[in-house]
Amino acid sequence: MAKVTFTQNIQRHVTCRDTEAAGRSVREVLDNLFAGNPRARSYVLDDQAALRKHMAIYIDGELLRDRVQLSDPVTDTGDIYVFQALSGG
Amino acid sequence: MSDALLVATRKGLFRIRRGHDGWTIEHADFLGDNVTLKYANQRDGRHYAALDHGHFGVKLHRSNGAGWEEIAAPVYPPKPEGIEDNDMWGNPLAWTTARIWALRTGGPEEPGVLWCGTLPGGLFRSTDHGDSWTMIRSLWDHPKRKQWMGGGADGAGIHSIIVDPRDSRCVWIAVSTGGIWFTDDAGATWAQRGEGMRAEHVPPEFTHDPIAQDVHCLTQCEAAPERMWVQHHNGIFVSSDAGRTFTESTGVQPSAFGFPVVVHPRDPDTAWFVPGIKDEKRIPPGGRLVVTRTRDGGESFETLTHGLPQSHAYDVVYRHALAIDDTGERLAFGSTTGGLWVSEDAGDNWSIVTHTLPPVHAVRFV
Repeated sequence: MAKVTFTQNIQRHVTCRDTEAAGRSVREVLDNLFAGNPRARSYVLDDQAALRKHMAIYIDGELLRDRVQLSDPVTDTGDIYVFQALSGG
Repeated sequence: MSDALLVATRKGLFRIRRGHDGWTIEHADFLGDNVTLKYANQRDGRHYAALDHGHFGVKLHRSNGAGWEEIAAPVYPPKPEGIEDNDMWGNPLAWTTARIWALRTGGPEEPGVLWCGTLPGGLFRSTDHGDSWTMIRSLWDHPKRKQWMGGGADGAGIHSIIVDPRDSRCVWIAVSTGGIWFTDDAGATWAQRGEGMRAEHVPPEFTHDPIAQDVHCLTQCEAAPERMWVQHHNGIFVSSDAGRTFTESTGVQPSAFGFPVVVHPRDPDTAWFVPGIKDEKRIPPGGRLVVTRTRDGGESFETLTHGLPQSHAYDVVYRHALAIDDTGERLAFGSTTGGLWVSEDAGDNWSIVTHTLPPVHAVRFV
């Protein structure tokens, strides 16, 4: 199962423990994860289930490419980091 | 008469109370968070606070007096594949809640009903105090909705909602920009209202088109519901027929531009405004912070200055940041530069509560 790590900044608003979840794509992994933590879903995904505009997801060190469908593949030993995108100074 | 204020700011929600030493900050909730709107249901004591967490989206919280709980925020329906629904620049319109911009309870016979207006233009209704929301598809799917445009924001938004005190099925909303819309069947069908308003920022053939109007704030006199006031991008307009037609108040000094308007709860001819220089500048004219008041239905306006800074003041007051209490005697407003002023004599004299708040989004008496 993929290991999923969340930014500490989200914990102030909603509990998102680092966890493992099954899935062959980022979408499948997050769907499985949010099934057990539905409130956290809207903090990461928008109304259309796309990644929120100022959020970023890394899969094994690579930035997520498909921010709408979240179709990027994930391996069984994959590391997924859910961060907020920072810009500016 | 109200002795308490709630002030929603860029960095928290502040409770202000009138004590022996005047008005002081008593408490802060959501400190550090962007509280974009505050609303209280006076009938059941429930309070609502809209938060914009930026990266993490728009959220809604509710309190019954014993702490806050996060409740459901309105969610837009899935955008169908292939549908052409673009913003004014031709980019695909994101069907996602970008801001909660208006909250309003239903009538006394509908205790759980709450209306919610949002950016980018969706209107939602709850029947369970905000536990769940239903989008009003009759308005969202209205063919003319796609003619709404962004005002100060990138997309169109519903910032004013009025429920008729005589008949809760009658609801008005105002859109920046998209004019005024009205339903007399609780949202099943909608019609444009607002003949007589004038837009300067569009080609001449659209100047008087009701859908082209950039209404900044719409309000209704509680005791005389046929009387409505509009603070518009191009001026001040008043209606005596529940928004069907409006008449412009001319010659308003120092400026007819502004965002908020409040009307006296029992005197439909008395209303207050906070003027600014329009378009790119958006600062008080001459650096003088003033409130304008009419007591004759918009025929004439007084410029109220006592207690307000009259030089190098650059406070702008947003549409939800001017409040009036149920007596019509107490008013309060907060500014983009963190000033908060209160009047206890209908605006004749003002006293500053603090000038060090974060930028103020909304002020309400509770």
